[in-house]
Amino acid sequence: MLRSMTKKSTTLLNLTAVVVLVTLLYLLEINKNSFGMAVSILQKSVILSIVAVSMNLLNGFTGLFSLGQAGFMAIGAYITAIFSISSDTIDSVYYTSGLAPWLMSFKLGLDVFPSAIRILFGLLLGGVVAGLFAALIGIPVLRLKSDYLAIATLGFSEIIRAILSSPQMDQITNGSYGLKNIPGFAIESDFLPVGTGSLLVPFAIAALCITFMVMLIKSSYGRAFMAIREDGVAAEAMGINLLKHKELSFIVSSFMTAIAGGLLAMFMRSIDARTFQISMTYDILLIVVIGGLGSITGSILSAFLVTASKEWWLRFFDQPLITGGITIPLFRTGFRMVVFSVLLMVVVLFFRRGLMGNREFSWSALLSWPKRMPKAKKGANKRG
Amino acid sequence: MTSTTIIQHILTGISLGGAYALIAIGYTLVYGILLLINFAHSDIFMMAGYFMVFAMAVMPWPIAIPLVIAVTIFLGVVIEKAAYKPLRAAPRMSIMISSIGVSYLLQNLATYLFSALPKGYPTISPLKRVFQIGSVSASLVTFLTPVLTLILVFILMYLINHTKLGMAMRAVSKDYDTAKLMGIKINQIISVTFVIGSAMAAIGSILYFTDRMSVTPFSGTLPGLKCFVAAVLGGIGSVPGAVLGGFIIGISETFLTAMGYSTYSDAFTFLLLILILIFRPTGLIGETVTDKV
Repeated sequence: MLRSMTKKSTTLLNLTAVVVLVTLLYLLEINKNSFGMAVSILQKSVILSIVAVSMNLLNGFTGLFSLGQAGFMAIGAYITAIFSISSDTIDSVYYTSGLAPWLMSFKLGLDVFPSAIRILFGLLLGGVVAGLFAALIGIPVLRLKSDYLAIATLGFSEIIRAILSSPQMDQITNGSYGLKNIPGFAIESDFLPVGTGSLLVPFAIAALCITFMVMLIKSSYGRAFMAIREDGVAAEAMGINLLKHKELSFIVSSFMTAIAGGLLAMFMRSIDARTFQISMTYDILLIVVIGGLGSITGSILSAFLVTASKEWWLRFFDQPLITGGITIPLFRTGFRMVVFSVLLMVVVLFFRRGLMGNREFSWSALLSWPKRMPKAKKGANKRG
Repeated sequence: MTSTTIIQHILTGISLGGAYALIAIGYTLVYGILLLINFAHSDIFMMAGYFMVFAMAVMPWPIAIPLVIAVTIFLGVVIEKAAYKPLRAAPRMSIMISSIGVSYLLQNLATYLFSALPKGYPTISPLKRVFQIGSVSASLVTFLTPVLTLILVFILMYLINHTKLGMAMRAVSKDYDTAKLMGIKINQIISVTFVIGSAMAAIGSILYFTDRMSVTPFSGTLPGLKCFVAAVLGGIGSVPGAVLGGFIIGISETFLTAMGYSTYSDAFTFLLLILILIFRPTGLIGETVTDKV
């Protein structure tokens, strides 16, 4: 009976879940002082879930492999940071060489708008610039075997990092000093409790981005992406323009990654080029692979699980562990990351489907799960 | 630039190029046979650097060098057996992810075991002896690297073109399934490929780090990327191509750095990659492959 849940009850469950979630987030964010850890973990998780879903769009749905996530995030982060740092404090950020005059006058011109608009502008501009770079890389590379995309994007992300921190960019990116004084998510207003928005804002933006990608995947474009993933030659024979669809997927993915990069800058409050090393891309790949290539809900779930265990639950791996006077030798700085890389290898080698495989979360599957445990495998293979 | 400094830079460039060429061979061989970009190769190269640091702490260099090569080969083969062999039948993307996983694991393991701080690379005194020819002076390693590279490449070319093992390797890279049907022991051939690749990476690592002084867990990444580009530049799958690509990238990087554009020397490598992919996707001396449906 539960399997044949009506559309109405699903909608009702969805609505309830959203209301509960929003209330919970609101309660958490206005009590930020007592739940500091939880709030920052949730912020980081939701930001990474955007990147994970956009990587999945490319990797799991289109079958292309980009390793440029860190680079595209860096673009988004720097552009958002430059436009969101308030013009009053900008001189103290660029204390060595000052902001380039043309950029300064542009920023002053934008000051007529409220800060929320400026930040939004920064986020969108970051996304557009990242999308442009993606288009430029894509034109030569996507014509060829998709292997080259991995190397070209990996190289691109390293170059972006080198250029951002180079002395020639001092007046724009503040070179190797990085940017600080980036405003956070909280909405400053006399009428709202302190901290309002520090969770709801990133969650709302993430919901918007992820919904867009889900709609793209469910559209005819999405079906074309999946056809390309399964068999490029056959897809082409069916009249799908390979280059166009690959480019579209790559550009959308990079755009969203840059938006997430901008949000990450607001989360961290200060950034520099070292934030966006290749290991960041690998961390995101870890999330996508654990969640299951080809499952959006898997990526989101795994973004929260992996971030929480990495930053919170498994922190103790990095501290020396003493039980009954005996120091267990393995536990010291860096052990946590070793555990995570072993976990990645285990998933890649033995549980290739990850948490969700290519299934999506559905209420009926969740509700019928306890009763149907023995038969779960059979029913679960059906796509929700 | 005076002619002396130009010659000096050419020498440095050729020497760097030789080290790149040796690493690029590892990429090109593995790609030729498994169609896999072995992301872990750059970290095998980095680990070889660490092995040398520890080996030289307890033994003289004539024993340390062969030992380091042997341990690196062992590491390469273990990685192949543990991370790539179980995925032979899996989609190619899984193997690629697996190789990234290995690279991630090796970097994190190195950070954990040896800390992220740079470790000083030991000096192998005979390699560091400075020679003076006219007004140009350079250490032995600068002269030795290109010579050694060429010798190794000739041996390798002989192995590939004139022995039974080489014939099997060529057959596997031409057509994996048919080669298997013809009774070639695929797994053995793949292991041999990793042995050769890792040995070259170990030698390349000794030559590369002798000029660099220090090793960090991430010091393999960028040279690794450049060497893959070198392999693509020369034509992926072809050994002479990898060597040519290695020298081109090494020399152009040295000159860009000498002219004060060190930030952009890395960018230039990837510009080269994009250009070659636009104008000659099969590389400078690669053969054209037609896609079969």
